[in-house]
Amino acid sequence: MSKIKPSKGAPYARILGVGGYRPTRVVPNEVILETIDSSDEWIRSRSGITTRHWANDEETVAAMSLEASGKAIADAGITPQQIGAVVVSTVSHFKQTPAVATEIADKLGTDRAAAFDISAGCAGFGYALTLAKGMVVEGSAEYVLVIGVERLSDLTDLQDRKTAFLFGDGAGAAVVGPSKEPAIGPTVWGSEGDKSETIKQTVPWTDYREGAAHRPEKFPAITQEGQAVFRWAVFEMAKVAQQALDAAGITAAELDVFIPHQANMRIIDSMVKTLKLPESVTVARDVETTGNTSAASIPLAMERLLATGEAKSGDTALVIGFGAGLAYAATVVTLP
Amino acid sequence: MAATQEEIVAGLAEIVNEIAGIPVEDVQMDKSFTDDLDVDSLSMVEVVVAAEERFDVKIPDDDVKNLKTVGDATDYILKHQS
Repeated sequence: MSKIKPSKGAPYARILGVGGYRPTRVVPNEVILETIDSSDEWIRSRSGITTRHWANDEETVAAMSLEASGKAIADAGITPQQIGAVVVSTVSHFKQTPAVATEIADKLGTDRAAAFDISAGCAGFGYALTLAKGMVVEGSAEYVLVIGVERLSDLTDLQDRKTAFLFGDGAGAAVVGPSKEPAIGPTVWGSEGDKSETIKQTVPWTDYREGAAHRPEKFPAITQEGQAVFRWAVFEMAKVAQQALDAAGITAAELDVFIPHQANMRIIDSMVKTLKLPESVTVARDVETTGNTSAASIPLAMERLLATGEAKSGDTALVIGFGAGLAYAATVVTLP
Repeated sequence: MAATQEEIVAGLAEIVNEIAGIPVEDVQMDKSFTDDLDVDSLSMVEVVVAAEERFDVKIPDDDVKNLKTVGDATDYILKHQS
């Protein structure tokens, strides 16, 4: 039998740089109130959101990704040619073929990097990060560009008073590369497909096919069962977050930063309480001015904490994404 | 041992006080969580989870929406506690 030479990767992987892009248009709650019967006070008390960013026609999924990626690559101190793979997590790129990752890899000037999209909703960044870590350690890529990007304003029902205020647009990117020390802990991840109805797109695209028996009046949108999602996110995801800490061998007292998916301030606050995180832990609360940007929320929040100095390079951070699927992924990382 | 109606109301009062800051004495059988006690739909989930733990009972999401008053929740717990 012929002997196959194994691939050779790095001993460990780490996040080397992070970058974000928020669309130029800032949308306050007053604009949301033009199409739903609600109040600024109600929106703030239920979600903690005061403003969100909505993309314009030029701020496409690819354009926002390129902006965020450029910053992440510069932050990592590498060149685009060194990137071996580009992984994009999104649920709001409306041209499914080809994968938007290929366009991004090309326009960034990578040397024909492997490129593909994944769909894991709000858990997408953690899923992509886990794939990237595997590639770096296994040796199929020295550097991997991970992007979480969404234009959720395209999937928002502006007449739905339960969700119209929640979603925002943006892109977050991270460069994952080799490390001498462990800097991305074990991932605790999974899915609960039996709960898939709690967060979903209202109708499939095929309902719009020519000749379809019933063509929906409204463009598809994301809907969710608020109370069920809240219970799952706070109480089940707090257990997952704790498992990720345990798997990494990090105690709550040793943790510097907590970056949960920016779904809703109430979920974040209740998770912090349920996890009994000490006050010394910096908590990402980017949702207030960015809204829920699904796969983009964790890298966007990470970038902001580092930019404002609330978190610093070398800090130990617990990241957890959770959402449609229902899918989740949590891990402990060293911040770039 | 199963809790009595009085014990359940007292327990719910403590939970509502802890989660929503409502005075314990305001939490009475006839009070509506949302209309009288200012417990919104998300805080209600926290109340339900705390009640599940305290009274060793399971309250599925589908049943939560039927628990309008403290009396509704008390009756539910009385009926379902193990």
